[in-house]
Amino acid sequence: MSTELINSIYIIAAALFVFGLKQMSSPATAVRGNLLSAVGMFIAVVVTLFAREIVEFQWIVIGVVVGSLIGAVAAQKVAMTSMPEMVALFNGSGGASSLLVGWAALYGAEAGTFTLVTIILSILIGGVTLSGSILAWGKLSEVMTSKAVVFGAQRLVNAALLAALVVCSVLFVLDPSVTSPYLYVVIALSLLLGVMAVLPIGGADMPVVISLLNSYSGLAACAAGFAIHNNILIVAGALVGAAGIILTQIMCKAMNRSLANVLFSGFGAVKTATVVEGEVKPINVEDAYVILEAATNVTFVPGYGMAVAQAQHVVRELGELLEANGCEVTFAIHPVAGRMPGHMNVLLAEANVSYDQLVEMDDINPRMSNIDVAVVIGANDVVNPAAREDENSPIYGMPIINVDHARTVFVLKRSMSSGFSGVDNPLFFGENTRMLFGDAKQSIAALVAEFKT
Amino acid sequence: MEAVLLGMVLMLSIFLGFELISKVPATLHTPLMSGANAISGVTLVGALTSASMGQELFASILGCLAVTMATINVVGGYLVTNRMLGMFKKKDTGAKAGARQ
Repeated sequence: MSTELINSIYIIAAALFVFGLKQMSSPATAVRGNLLSAVGMFIAVVVTLFAREIVEFQWIVIGVVVGSLIGAVAAQKVAMTSMPEMVALFNGSGGASSLLVGWAALYGAEAGTFTLVTIILSILIGGVTLSGSILAWGKLSEVMTSKAVVFGAQRLVNAALLAALVVCSVLFVLDPSVTSPYLYVVIALSLLLGVMAVLPIGGADMPVVISLLNSYSGLAACAAGFAIHNNILIVAGALVGAAGIILTQIMCKAMNRSLANVLFSGFGAVKTATVVEGEVKPINVEDAYVILEAATNVTFVPGYGMAVAQAQHVVRELGELLEANGCEVTFAIHPVAGRMPGHMNVLLAEANVSYDQLVEMDDINPRMSNIDVAVVIGANDVVNPAAREDENSPIYGMPIINVDHARTVFVLKRSMSSGFSGVDNPLFFGENTRMLFGDAKQSIAALVAEFKT
Repeated sequence: MEAVLLGMVLMLSIFLGFELISKVPATLHTPLMSGANAISGVTLVGALTSASMGQELFASILGCLAVTMATINVVGGYLVTNRMLGMFKKKDTGAKAGARQ
């Protein structure tokens, strides 16, 4: 098949990618969208196999068989709570493949300066994505400390690293050869840079990092596309790059922090919040049941704590019982409720919560004053009114779900302790707040039992 | 000239990407990301060529590794996205009405 024909067929594949992403705009059509995208990929791969340059198939067969096995098993086995780790690793393998494609492209025909620059970029971005993602995976899976690792001259060291990387890249492009020592230095330094870039980022900021690395893996594919003059890589890489950047922005906005602040400083407890004092009003399951039984409008506000307690299934059951009781039930989800964008939605969908009950923060806040009971499960900072009112609070300015505007708030909590940022939460002392102490799963299960009797 | 054309493709794709992705609801952001993983596995197309040009052994090994990594992304990414999207169900109104009675 001629190169012309192959490139024309790539256009069809690109159109399918675009169409697939377009259908991701609603949960009703998303499955089809994903399928279309996969068909596009299949077409692109098959048509490539007909290219004239392809003379040996044994390496392809080995790679495809091994890769498919690993991918398929991982996709079937992964628990939904571990999706962030999975996506981190996928970002890494995307980076690795761009690095390798760039490297292997050096063995091809004589390359011009422009191509060499893009090859080096592909290696560089790929390398940073690979090692950064592995480190992000380590932090997420708690193989290593999930805290921010900060040391004195960190920024200076990173700047020097970046400068050295640029110098070596230029030297390589000036005198290209597959045996050039600069090539190996560039690969090593880019891997090191990836590690250094993710080290100072704390566990709570991981949603931002995964999104950003997602974007890098797209950009790496883009650079590889330039390196081998392939338009489908450029189009697909740019789409992925854009997706990652948008998600990064959403995450940053949801935490009211700039990207620079997330990337370069561990969560700084520079400010000390005004100490909140007051009396918490505990409630027991029987009284909570009486209030819920009379409610016509209940919203659940889940945080990652709910997933840790594996309480999503009993929560769904309680939601169904409330609905059967004639109550309107919603789930209000803060953008950073899980450990990656949209994570909480997937966890609830897995527990069979209908997706039209999942409400975004901006949709629930205006009607919060009409909500009879807001049930906060395993969430803390995302419902902390200090973010709205206390200028001294470290989380001041962060958009929150205004549960304190609801008529009654139930906070399910093991005991009195703060969230990740160590911020006191005035919500607990609110006039309309009732604390339901104990394990979230057991408390909800007890409520379910009350409803059933 | 080819570089300029490819640059044009890049610019347009980025704008298109922003338009498309900003329409994806927050509910689907996790599947969007794993789906994006799958799409970035498109480097497979490049990897296939580098694994099979019949040149030096080392280059073929690099290509083979690249194919493996990219295939993990493609196969794993699409499958896990499909698995996740399958969980997003809407209760049909009939069942809801039934539950209320």
